[in-house]
Amino acid sequence: MTPKATTVSRRDFVRVGVAVGGGLMVTVYGAGCGPKDAAAPVAGGGEGLFEPNAFVQLDGNGNVLILSKHLEMGQGAYTGLATIIADEMDADWSRIRVEGAPADAKKYANLAFGMQGTGGSSAIANSWDQHRKAGATARAVLMAAAAKQWGVAASELTTEPGVVIHAKSNRRAEYGTLAAAAAKLPVPETVTLKDPKDFRYIGKEKVTPRVDGKAKSTGTATYTQDVKLPGLLTAVVAHPPLFGAKVKSFDATKAKAVPGVVDVVQIPTGVAVLGEHFWAARQGRAALTVEWDMAGANTLGTAEVMAQFRELAGKPGVEIRKDGDAEAAIGKAAKTVEATYEFPFLAHASMEPLNCVVHLRKDGAEIWNGDQFQTPDQGALAALFGMKPEQIKINTLFAGGSFGRRANGISDYIVEAATIAKAIDGRVPVKMVWTREDDTGAGYFRPAFLHRIKGGLDAAGNPVAWWHRIVGQSTTAGTPLASKDGKDPSSFEGAADHPYAVANVFVDTHFPAIGIPVQWWRSVGHTHTAFAVEMFVDELAKAAGKDPVEFRRGLLAKDPRRLAVLNLAADKAGWGSPLPAGRARGIAVHKSFNTYVAEVAEVSLEGGKVRVHRVVCAIDCGIVVNPDVVRAQMEGAIAFGLGAALYGQIAIDKGRVVSTNFDKYRVLRQREMPAVEVHMMPSTEAPTGVGEPATPPIGPAVANALFALTGKPTRKVPLAV
Amino acid sequence: MATITINGQAKDVAADPTTPLLWVIRDVLGMTGTKYGCGIAQCGACTVHLDGVPVRSCSVPLSAVGAKKITTIEGLSPDGTHPVQQAWIELQVPQCGYCQSGQIMSAVALLETKPHPTDADIDQAMNGNICRCGTYQRIRAAIHRAAEMKGA
Repeated sequence: MTPKATTVSRRDFVRVGVAVGGGLMVTVYGAGCGPKDAAAPVAGGGEGLFEPNAFVQLDGNGNVLILSKHLEMGQGAYTGLATIIADEMDADWSRIRVEGAPADAKKYANLAFGMQGTGGSSAIANSWDQHRKAGATARAVLMAAAAKQWGVAASELTTEPGVVIHAKSNRRAEYGTLAAAAAKLPVPETVTLKDPKDFRYIGKEKVTPRVDGKAKSTGTATYTQDVKLPGLLTAVVAHPPLFGAKVKSFDATKAKAVPGVVDVVQIPTGVAVLGEHFWAARQGRAALTVEWDMAGANTLGTAEVMAQFRELAGKPGVEIRKDGDAEAAIGKAAKTVEATYEFPFLAHASMEPLNCVVHLRKDGAEIWNGDQFQTPDQGALAALFGMKPEQIKINTLFAGGSFGRRANGISDYIVEAATIAKAIDGRVPVKMVWTREDDTGAGYFRPAFLHRIKGGLDAAGNPVAWWHRIVGQSTTAGTPLASKDGKDPSSFEGAADHPYAVANVFVDTHFPAIGIPVQWWRSVGHTHTAFAVEMFVDELAKAAGKDPVEFRRGLLAKDPRRLAVLNLAADKAGWGSPLPAGRARGIAVHKSFNTYVAEVAEVSLEGGKVRVHRVVCAIDCGIVVNPDVVRAQMEGAIAFGLGAALYGQIAIDKGRVVSTNFDKYRVLRQREMPAVEVHMMPSTEAPTGVGEPATPPIGPAVANALFALTGKPTRKVPLAV
Repeated sequence: MATITINGQAKDVAADPTTPLLWVIRDVLGMTGTKYGCGIAQCGACTVHLDGVPVRSCSVPLSAVGAKKITTIEGLSPDGTHPVQQAWIELQVPQCGYCQSGQIMSAVALLETKPHPTDADIDQAMNGNICRCGTYQRIRAAIHRAAEMKGA
């Protein structure tokens, strides 16, 4: 059938640009995407639209629109959520289009959070049952519509992708032709879900390619950076040089003289220069003179912070776990090991520097953003504008990465954009664009951490005591997400609950308050806890004279899923088999976001430089929804964690962030990418997270390989600097 | 007013001659496939071709373009069927996708000079394009795949 363009989504909007000759070019486009060309019709409104629930819309042409309650920031959420629905609905994958759902926590809450937001590798896990039901319900109603039309029992009907079939009478009806009739039927409360053996898409290779693959290979995917609106001005903000500094005074005379600069306004976080385009605003900012009030600003640098942490490591912290008496057991141990590991501040450094488009109107406000935390963001903007949350409309676009940064506890960059819109009384829409330096310089880093660990072994080399002190800033203190008891789990998750069978365990934590903004970063606390725990396990193994894999096996008897991925990775990596001279293997295993990942890294030192040749990864994430998306997340999270482990560190000198761009903040590049192979554990358990869990093991796997290679533990990260 | 040739079309652009080509492409011409990532030629997100040579458009002033022909991601093919784009889609390279226009432009330029690059050639040519999602392994594979398609 030839689809006709009939309706456009309510979330489509007008794209306006200045064409050559001064005219305007206007096109209409949507923020979503699908395998079809942009010209293909989309569901989303109008007569005859079948909308059985908040997630699925089917139009008369058979096009299916899926509204994603989760941000697509690269992790494949759009594709994964659509796969679940499409499988239960028996939808035709080529007719599916996905776009970001509006901000409405009643319909689109993350069931793991109780609010609308993306994070914690939870998109698939929290949506699994809900989206299966959403798809199955849609299918059941379409079958009911066909049964009614044909005067047969629904039980006699079957479906194939996009078609209801009555085999007895050899009749077929495409879903689109049933949409209008289905829209008039009641939606059942309960519905039978597929037997997993009948899954058509879930767990299958190549049948559900990414819905955003083509748009992202042709430059047509729309990010916040690309939004165009009539009258839109671009704002670039002069931010204070130190965290906590404020504007004392400013002179905008020269800035206003820059051609294209339209306005200069003071906002609580700096001075915003508004221009007809980015470059005008950027040049305007360069011409601005601002005097800063440094009273109360942070003047600590990374060296001072670490010195403070080392001092705290000698003092008792807040007790987190106490099994038996670790200190006494260490006193009686046959052998003891003590190590202190230090981890630097890290930037998220997403490829799309932070930005946000705000249009403030009298009756409400609308934003366009790669929005990760719709409910808190809506609340923060409502408070700023003196409105109700439902007056804040959020258009969630693709995010050019996030790694946690776009989920900020106080909606920092979004509120900043909104204060600019407020400062100009909303007379035009504003796109706030941060430069790379603004983005990194704003902080909200993965906090620096220090782990001090002591262990005791008995005469047979079995660990009898584990004493662990953690020092580092809380990522939620001072935000609405702070833990009530002050014990922020993101400081000790993955350490206080480490799985190794040790009778005497003690863990305490210091949460120093420092004026450097910090935030979660891909895999949150596990970024440093797994690193410390897994390096220390190798140190214990060496002291016990045991092979690192054997040593772990002996301590993981009560954790079969962890043991299984450990064994799978070791087996696939050929653990124990000979390697070329100068190479060594290291292993690490960790559970985060309910997913188990083990990684083996093959490492050499070439002219003193660390080179990672190969990484073998084994994952147990329950049922695999999209094998290739899981594989991609393993590859990507390994690259992300490897870059940080080898090179990543934010330098702060007397309060000033030094490493604000990629020339000074080194990340992994093409040449440094190892060959990664991924092995997925077959499972019938419900799906768990995949976006983050491959990041924690890579650092310690590489560090442990270096330990094996050199005989000396590496206790300071980054490893290659 | 300068006249530039972009994707085969001559365009008059009213912009200060010191304006980086990136912002002329994005804000004056309204072509948003080319991305801003760092502004200092360190990340490659803004890669376009000048007479077939990959350049970082964030660091090329409009005045330096002259009569050189500019090609952007939008100019590779009318419908996304350039072999490199096809290989990118087939091997599911993009994740967040923000860097991929630049990656693709660098890859296309590589294949023009080396139709059958080795892994080492790819690592060398692509080292200036950062991908924070870590799609490097697939980039390597997709360039080999595109080389196959072009040779076919």
